[in-house]
Amino acid sequence: MNQNHPVPEGKRLSTLFFSMLYISAFTFGGGFVIVTFMKRKFVDQLHWLTEEEMLDLTALAQSSPGAIAVNAAILVGWRAAGFAGMAAAVAGTVLPPVAILSVISLFYAAFASNIYVALVLRGMQAGVAAVILDVVWSLGKGVAKQKSTLDLFIMAAAFAATFLFHVNVIYIILAAALAGVLRAMYQKRKGEQV
Amino acid sequence: MIYLQLFFSFIQVGMFSIGGGYAAMPLIQNQVVELHPWITMAEFTDLVTIAEMTPGPIAINAATFVGIRIAGLPGAVAATMGCILPSCIIVSLLAWVYYKYQGGKALQSVLASLRPAVVALIAGAGLSILAVVLFQGQAMAIKNVDWVGAGLFAAAFFALRRLKWNPILVMSLCGGAGALVNLFIVSQ
Repeated sequence: MNQNHPVPEGKRLSTLFFSMLYISAFTFGGGFVIVTFMKRKFVDQLHWLTEEEMLDLTALAQSSPGAIAVNAAILVGWRAAGFAGMAAAVAGTVLPPVAILSVISLFYAAFASNIYVALVLRGMQAGVAAVILDVVWSLGKGVAKQKSTLDLFIMAAAFAATFLFHVNVIYIILAAALAGVLRAMYQKRKGEQV
Repeated sequence: MIYLQLFFSFIQVGMFSIGGGYAAMPLIQNQVVELHPWITMAEFTDLVTIAEMTPGPIAINAATFVGIRIAGLPGAVAATMGCILPSCIIVSLLAWVYYKYQGGKALQSVLASLRPAVVALIAGAGLSILAVVLFQGQAMAIKNVDWVGAGLFAAAFFALRRLKWNPILVMSLCGGAGALVNLFIVSQ
């Protein structure tokens, strides 16, 4: 993989770092948006990855724990320049949000106690609640469309556990994963009998 | 030792938030509001609002925000490192498995079962934030409802769902409209 491109190692690391820094600083709207920008940079402009590879990496980034943007940076950095590439890409991805949030957090106390700012924030909270529940609506519709009784049961049980009984989120995730393992085993056994 | 506590709390956030973005939200709430008395639910709601308005993954934004608020810049670094460490290890491992076995039925089945649970968890976190908007920390009773917040929420939901407006635009309009209504109408 590494010998495929003629760019020297050091140059490749700085390109990874600054590309991710730029993409991360100017991308609003979550993981999938950033993956689109990464494809444009690393597939279309630099030709470091093929389009199929980028799709595979996106699927992996999405199905692994953690932030999609960080996961995608890890994978692209790794493919481009090994461990050092991974470190450079992750550093570039993480630095802009850390810097911006540091500044905001330092001023947050003064910021939030200002009556006008507090009023604007309070209005925005209503918008945020709407954005999140709009996403939930779309995701929930997607799950319902599958018409799987087990999926609907998992969704209802997880909701009751988190919202009504305040069960630790990690146990809910582990229980759902266990249901997935059992389903895979059941389907495999059924497949063998047929 | 607060740095280690932050580090281990955010390792759990990084390790168990599958599906990106909003999936991290219930875990962060669980760690920093419920399990540790680090920030209040009202501050958490502010944090989610700020995270929505700034670039970067919500988990990283939250790690920096909570870390700085309770232990300064080193706290932010400890929390952020904790947040990305599980990704670095697990993603590399999964990539290796993936390229070796090309996907794997069991892995796909597990992911398929996680999806409905994650939707439910995000719904729970979203409703907690809606409760902050509607009741502003007071008891959940009709007489405590903040009708400005309720109206803004309904209008924003309609704009997003039916009119497909941009989320950042909707949030900005809510902020401006909420401030104006509260300043000029409610307080008169």
